[in-house]
Amino acid sequence: MVQKLDTLVETPSQTAGPYVHIGLMPSYCGNAGAYEQEIGLSPIEDGAAGEVIEIVGQVIDGTGWALRDAMIESWQADAAGKYPGQPGADPKVSGHCRFGADAETGEFTLRTIKPGPTPTRSGGQQAPHIALWIVARGINIGLQTRIYFEDEDNSADPLLARIEQRPRVDTLIARKTGDGTYRFDIRLQGDKETVFLDV
Amino acid sequence: MTDQGPLIPRNRAAHPVAYDIDYKTSVPRSPKWALLSYDSSITEETGPVYGHNVLGALDNNLILNWTKGAAPAVGERILMHGRVVDENNRPVPNTLVEIWQANAGGRYRHMKDTYFAPLDPNFGGCGRTITDDNGYYEFLTIRPGAYPWPNRANDWRPMHIHISVFGSAFGQRLITQMYFEGDPLIDLCPIAATIKSRSQLDRLVAPLDMAHSKPMDYLAYKFDIVLRGRRQTMFENKLEGM
Ligand SMILES: [Fe+3]
Repeated sequence: MVQKLDTLVETPSQTAGPYVHIGLMPSYCGNAGAYEQEIGLSPIEDGAAGEVIEIVGQVIDGTGWALRDAMIESWQADAAGKYPGQPGADPKVSGHCRFGADAETGEFTLRTIKPGPTPTRSGGQQAPHIALWIVARGINIGLQTRIYFEDEDNSADPLLARIEQRPRVDTLIARKTGDGTYRFDIRLQGDKETVFLDV
Repeated sequence: MTDQGPLIPRNRAAHPVAYDIDYKTSVPRSPKWALLSYDSSITEETGPVYGHNVLGALDNNLILNWTKGAAPAVGERILMHGRVVDENNRPVPNTLVEIWQANAGGRYRHMKDTYFAPLDPNFGGCGRTITDDNGYYEFLTIRPGAYPWPNRANDWRPMHIHISVFGSAFGQRLITQMYFEGDPLIDLCPIAATIKSRSQLDRLVAPLDMAHSKPMDYLAYKFDIVLRGRRQTMFENKLEGM
């Protein structure tokens, strides 16, 4: 026998199941009023600095069907690239949002401001991006990914640079569909499977 | 903001597998290609912070919160309590813990739950609280019922409470489920069985905790949670961080 380590092992994940909204988005499933103040309703308040954008998409399974029961959380920096809690961060940006797929169409909408580039430990920069965490029935551990933007310079982003199969980079890039509007679909399987992160 | 160091990479073997033929919904919803492994960045090392200002007085009392204290929910009264710590065994203070569950009959208050067990008019099924300085949290609730679900011909979920924890970093985000000591349905459940390590699954089974139960009122179950830790060293401590 060897000595015992002082570190612990992380608690294992379990699926969020089909009723995740009861706990995390009560108003989405008809239980408005469960909490006086529901969290994650919007990542910004009126007056947040930066360009207001709307990202629309679907979470699509291996058969091509859009999930109706997925819940997504987003986390992002403000327009100047500061995360909430950092000195000088925009007080109108909470940076955190919860959104679900529409029960009819499976489409989600994230309305926020476009984040600025953020620093890396080694003195470089990450291109503007929004981190996502996707949970649903059938997803045993939350899936992490990122939204980058077609109309930003992504050429020096260190995470995108790590993707060996270059065509797969496209799965992390939101496509511009209009003034301040983007399309970002998340594919759980298939040829165009989204790059999911272990980060 | 002091650099607390990168997150310890996730030990994926401690977690359920993504694809499990016995949990049918995982089949079309599990990514097939390898995850892109990457050292955590400021994006994953920061995270949303919610304080006591978002909490209502009864938010961690599921027996009373749906009726705003007017009438108690039906069921076996229990205290669910424990600590949130990280992999370095340090408490995770002031972090939001959210739970949701079925009622005593195994029915959820959700438009998509069609199980014929009745709704309890006095039970909503969600609660939340914030850990104290030592990472401690507690909920007063009722023991949820087991319920059948469409998977294989006759699958039943063991009694369970769903739990969501934030930690201090978005990369620590975790959703899991608490099971109850002695429930024979745990060993028959294909969702529990997505965790391939028996010792890891056992960590989701809360023991009956008589020392924290209250005579003539409620039983207690203890459920501790470990989130990812930081890879900080004394050496890194002295470096100028971000
Ligand atoms: Fe459940």
